[in-house]
Amino acid sequence: MSGDQQHKIGVSIFSFLVMLGLSSTSAYAESSSVINSGDTAWVLLSSALVLAMTIPGLALFYGGMVRSKNILSTMMHSFIAVCTVSVAWVLWGYSLAFGPDVGGVIGNLDWVGLKGVGPEPTEGSTIPHLAFMVFQLMFASITVALISGAIAERMNFGAFVLFSLLWVTFIYAPLAHWVWGGGWLGGFGELDFAGGTVVHISSGVAALACALVLGKRHGYGQENMSPHNLPLTVVGASLLWVGWFGFNAGSALAADGIAASAFVATHVATASGALAWLAVEWIYRGKPTVLGAASGAVSGLVAITPAAGFVGPVSAILIGLGGGVICYLGVFLKNKMGYDDALDVLGIHGIGGTWGALATGLFASVGGGTGLFFGNPGQLLIQAIGVFATWVFAFVGTYIILKVVDGTVGLRVSKEDEVLGLDLSQHSERAYG
Amino acid sequence: MKLIQAIIKPFKLDEVKDALIELGVQGMTVVEVKGFGRQKGHKETYRGTEYQIEFVPKIKLEIAVADTMVQQVIETIGRAAKTGSIGDGKIFVSDLNQVIRIRTGESDESAV
Repeated sequence: MSGDQQHKIGVSIFSFLVMLGLSSTSAYAESSSVINSGDTAWVLLSSALVLAMTIPGLALFYGGMVRSKNILSTMMHSFIAVCTVSVAWVLWGYSLAFGPDVGGVIGNLDWVGLKGVGPEPTEGSTIPHLAFMVFQLMFASITVALISGAIAERMNFGAFVLFSLLWVTFIYAPLAHWVWGGGWLGGFGELDFAGGTVVHISSGVAALACALVLGKRHGYGQENMSPHNLPLTVVGASLLWVGWFGFNAGSALAADGIAASAFVATHVATASGALAWLAVEWIYRGKPTVLGAASGAVSGLVAITPAAGFVGPVSAILIGLGGGVICYLGVFLKNKMGYDDALDVLGIHGIGGTWGALATGLFASVGGGTGLFFGNPGQLLIQAIGVFATWVFAFVGTYIILKVVDGTVGLRVSKEDEVLGLDLSQHSERAYG
Repeated sequence: MKLIQAIIKPFKLDEVKDALIELGVQGMTVVEVKGFGRQKGHKETYRGTEYQIEFVPKIKLEIAVADTMVQQVIETIGRAAKTGSIGDGKIFVSDLNQVIRIRTGESDESAV
């Protein structure tokens, strides 16, 4: 081990101890919470950036990849997820996720309807409680919207509305509580800076359950289902990249050095993810594709999410490169396994999120985290437990929700409606001419 | 009178049109079409999934000409549209029974 590395580890352990000291000081100090205007401005702006990731970012990213007869319905999934989740989050979701802890698994109902959640900061925080609440609301919205890529082009719209409400209540809220809301995984020491497990693994695994329960699109494997408008997809991916600075750097919950570190890590991991995907494609397929660049960039974003505030820029490049290669392989899984995850939510968010969560256990070195490569092998084990728990909970829970929705309103549209296209059959509208 | 239908590569349209105008052809109709011959289609790849696109975009020209012009028009199209590689297209020639200019009511050779 070089002297430089020892120095780095020394510094990171020292900063970890300082962090512990600081947080315990603030936890025990009386009324230490004063609103910091810089922090508040940054978190409010970040909340708006995360909204822009979902609409229009994700709506365009997904909308361009479906056939022209389904673009409106696909964009509508992201749009409606923002609407349903936002209302549910205020009424009961935030309380379940972040309200007073019940046994490490869920929050109680003390904060239903945002009772007691006001403009003043919580203990030890420098931003209004409402700012934190709305930042988390945007996370919940995009997580549900991400799943919609798996069910594209065949799900009954009413079923998706019901699914979005059930999923945010019974899957997202508990997971957010486990990791960030004072639940068992966070207490256990799992590092998830901005949602590798809570957002990306959970949505990716839910997507797998959706693909399995809904079944394949009519004509899958025979008909041409190639993307109808890749420029929209590239614009969407680019907006995701911009918005993700709110997602990751905003997760510092302060306008500080950690936010700057997360910002830089996010940016270079994204660039690296795109380069890695393109390189693999160029070697194995002969040509680098534009969709590959967009997909690789999103893979890099997903991979760096849990690690963003815990790693330096060179580690971020390695995590991004790994994300690009692993997600490229991830999208091939569906061809091998035969399920129709229409827009590769598992391949990119599930697999990329899993890589990112484990990579955090390898590369963490700043901001209070220490990974295997910096002298703390136990962190990798903790990350693996977090990954495993999220996979199992999200898959089983989503599966049950889907069965309930199928038994009540029916998950799929009729074959006739599917062939006609969901824009016309579900919404009586056409996107083009 | 003959009706000449030519299927050509889209990027050759301007060259063919200019050559025909130079020859003295007064008008033509152009349609964007799709089809395949020996060239077959091409492959497209999206996230590693390959699609065989069977129908290739082409341009179809339709020109009505007097019998005296037929050979020159065929030669001109053949020369201007040729790249020498597969997919250059075809020229179809068929008899034309009647031509009427709507504005004046003229018919046949004087209406071509």
